[in-house]
Amino acid sequence: MRSRIIKWIDHRFPLTSFVKHELTGYPTPRNLSYWWNFGFLAGFVLILQTATGIFLAMHYKADIALSFDSIQHIMRDVNYGWLLRYMHATGASAFFLVIYIHMARTMYYGSYRAPRELLWWTGQGLLLLLMATAFMGYLLPWGQMSFWGATVITDLFHVTPFIGDQVVIWLRGDYTVGDATLTRFFALHYLFLFLIIGAVVVHLVALHKVKSSNPSGINLADKDNIPFHPYFTIKDLFGLGLFLIVYCYFVFFLPDSLMEPANNIPANPMKTPNHIVPEWYFLPFYAILRSVPNMVGGVVAMGLSVMMFAFMPFLDRSRIPGGAHFRPVYRVQVYLFLLVMLVLGYVGYVPSTNQTVLIGQVATLCYFGSFFFIPFISKAEERWLIKRGLPPEVKIQMESEALAIENRKLKNHNRSSDKT
Amino acid sequence: MEKANLSEGNRRDFLIKLTSVVGGAGVVATCVPFVASMNPSSDVLAKAETEVDLSGITPGTMHTIAWQGKPVFIVQRTPEQIKAAEASNGGIDPEPDSKRVQKPEWLVVVGVCTHMGCVPNKEGPGWVCHCHGSEYDESGRVIRGPAPKNLEVPPYHFVAENKVVIGAT
Repeated sequence: MRSRIIKWIDHRFPLTSFVKHELTGYPTPRNLSYWWNFGFLAGFVLILQTATGIFLAMHYKADIALSFDSIQHIMRDVNYGWLLRYMHATGASAFFLVIYIHMARTMYYGSYRAPRELLWWTGQGLLLLLMATAFMGYLLPWGQMSFWGATVITDLFHVTPFIGDQVVIWLRGDYTVGDATLTRFFALHYLFLFLIIGAVVVHLVALHKVKSSNPSGINLADKDNIPFHPYFTIKDLFGLGLFLIVYCYFVFFLPDSLMEPANNIPANPMKTPNHIVPEWYFLPFYAILRSVPNMVGGVVAMGLSVMMFAFMPFLDRSRIPGGAHFRPVYRVQVYLFLLVMLVLGYVGYVPSTNQTVLIGQVATLCYFGSFFFIPFISKAEERWLIKRGLPPEVKIQMESEALAIENRKLKNHNRSSDKT
Repeated sequence: MEKANLSEGNRRDFLIKLTSVVGGAGVVATCVPFVASMNPSSDVLAKAETEVDLSGITPGTMHTIAWQGKPVFIVQRTPEQIKAAEASNGGIDPEPDSKRVQKPEWLVVVGVCTHMGCVPNKEGPGWVCHCHGSEYDESGRVIRGPAPKNLEVPPYHFVAENKVVIGAT
């Protein structure tokens, strides 16, 4: 009976072949480490945020007179409302944590390199969508931090040339962040879920075209790929178990540790809290904003700092395959970059003094410097590594890649000469 | 026998089944808060009981009050109305009047037609529902269809001579 139903469907819809090619039998490098779990985890957190978010929206009211109280209603009156809200709030932090590790893995292992540029750029788009969604969601509780966070960030658009003031008013629908802003942020927060899901589908289509990178950085021969199921379903599920332990610990024991106490005070447009900080996942970029003394410069620097990752495929000029694994200088660079991120995060968190501003400015220079110097350092590193002698398998890989490039050039040349 | 039970294949099958069951139980348990969150919240449940002061209701008149968001008809019946109600046993859903009242002069019924949930109008001795034409007598018993049942009597009790709490017995 079951096989007959599946046959009926397969005649009209590629169910079995899709499952076989893209899910169970999807060829996956056999040497993937646990660093390759985080894409799956990000997908899981997306589902978690979707489910909790939809159920929270059933009780939430997007109206400045009602929203703060409706959060209290969710926390106190709605059955398990506290759990849904803590899951959603903790889930936002978990999403960024998982995505940042996912990105750090890409940087370390050079997964952004050809032919995975588009995969990396769709990921960059997803990061922007995630940031926008988190930012808009943070306004919804209508606490002091919500209000002033939204005020500061929408204020950034004042730097738009010529029409800055109008743009800010257009974004807010009011002269200050108000009822119109709250209602549209709620609508867009919900809409962006669908944009993210769509972008994830594009990301996955790109992934399944070029397949996963792997720790060696070398494109594996077919015999070194194994089917996704059961090897990586089970590996992903084990990683999910570890993730859930940490996640549940925060949800049930430290749910307030990731929330600012000031957000338990209803929004007051007449009084700014003494110390406003963004959520932890925005701190490094916020520190860059504060480190540039000029307002326009600060906004441009912050925007650029998020977008720098997209340039990696162009900046990295090295032909040595693989990421930091075969490249000692690049490895040091990656670690230094992560250190700079932590320093920036710290600077973004503490109230600004002369000293922290100085540290922030140095760290900002290091942040952009580590991108701008990659072309030169990667080229010099390549020369040094070749002079020192490469492992034979790396050499073979490079030669075959060079040959492929030559062949392509030859083909193009022949084609163009044929035309003339 | 023992050895056969612990062979590789059996162990693996057993572990897969066990893990699937535990994982499935976890997924089901996770669904509980989501489903439960759609049940009435505690502020809604707080509306479960309503206290009504009867002193303003004169004999022969009807008052409508809201209980759990639904209309409840409270009628102080005259001796003639009581006599008429006790004389019959209703029609479609026979029930003696004595079972439908705690004190014969006070009739308390939920004003929701048992057919499709419309609110019947007070007309003549009883009620008529204008949605589909059901008729109820002076005890709230259905005497003409399509309604299948008599008007529901909510749980209530008198806390004083002139005070009734609807929603708790």
